[in-house]
Amino acid sequence: MKTVKAAFARSLPVMAGYIILGIGFGILAHRAGYGLPWALAMSLFIYAGSMQYVGVGLLAGGASVLTVLLTTVMVNARHLFYSISMLRYYRDAGPFKPYLIFSLTDETYSLLCDGKTPEGTDADRFRFFLSLFNHAYWVLGSVTGSLVGGILPVSAAGIEFSMTALFIASFTEQWITEKDHIPALTGLLGTALCLIVFGPGRFLIPSMLLITALLTLFRDRTGAGKEADA
Amino acid sequence: MNSVFYSALLVAVMSAATILLRALPFLVFKNKAPAYVVYLGRVLPAAIIGMLVVYCLKDTAFLSAPFGAPEVVAGLAVVGLQAWKRNILLSILAGTACYMLLTRLVF
Repeated sequence: MKTVKAAFARSLPVMAGYIILGIGFGILAHRAGYGLPWALAMSLFIYAGSMQYVGVGLLAGGASVLTVLLTTVMVNARHLFYSISMLRYYRDAGPFKPYLIFSLTDETYSLLCDGKTPEGTDADRFRFFLSLFNHAYWVLGSVTGSLVGGILPVSAAGIEFSMTALFIASFTEQWITEKDHIPALTGLLGTALCLIVFGPGRFLIPSMLLITALLTLFRDRTGAGKEADA
Repeated sequence: MNSVFYSALLVAVMSAATILLRALPFLVFKNKAPAYVVYLGRVLPAAIIGMLVVYCLKDTAFLSAPFGAPEVVAGLAVVGLQAWKRNILLSILAGTACYMLLTRLVF
């Protein structure tokens, strides 16, 4: 019970964001002709925020299977990195492992990537419940959005900034707690450069390649890698 | 809206591809990840959060009026509030409210 409470407390920062973004998704899906069963299925089985927003457009437009497959891989490719950095924590998570891997979203990752779990709690159970709470918020938001989508003509324009705010706040928090700012700057500036060069439609993959290449170059120079390798 | 079965197929494709991406590193590096991968896992989180900040702002028009002013002002408010209060939920809510007010009332 202590573990569940601790997980719930840690999940709180994501709650509002997921419910709000989930509502946005539910409304969007509803307006595109995809009602409650669709919003529910997508949030349960895809569970990737930005991809679901994109996915509604693909569904409504009747995109080809290949287009949908490639788009999903492109939009979600960053999840490869999340999994890589969680390898050591999730590797031996036993029965929780499949769900932990499935539910590793941006926000869940941002809460768990430091590897810290509260004292006196079981790490695997803590991470499992945290992931489950986040998933529940997302599903709850999606269902709510789907239900109110046709009823309330409230203008929610600008609500998408909550996602931006979440990442800016996470970035700031990580900047304050970490001494080494090179990775953060590499991510920020490398991506900005790729956005300028490749444009908003196709900069994500080049950004990830550039970030990986630069951090690889920095590895020996900073000596940060050696300490981690030990 | 297209055929239910075709739409369901597309949802299944999105789900399968997402799951595959998340599971791939665990399938490839089943027991022990190489030291280089461990290093990447350590430095990538900060870099990817930086990437996502830019990703969120990718469609903001910084070169035409209002030059991304609502995003910049609300974004700086988030940075300041986070540095001050260290409360992510508060930063998100205040930042989003700030953004919505700016886009409605000012810009």
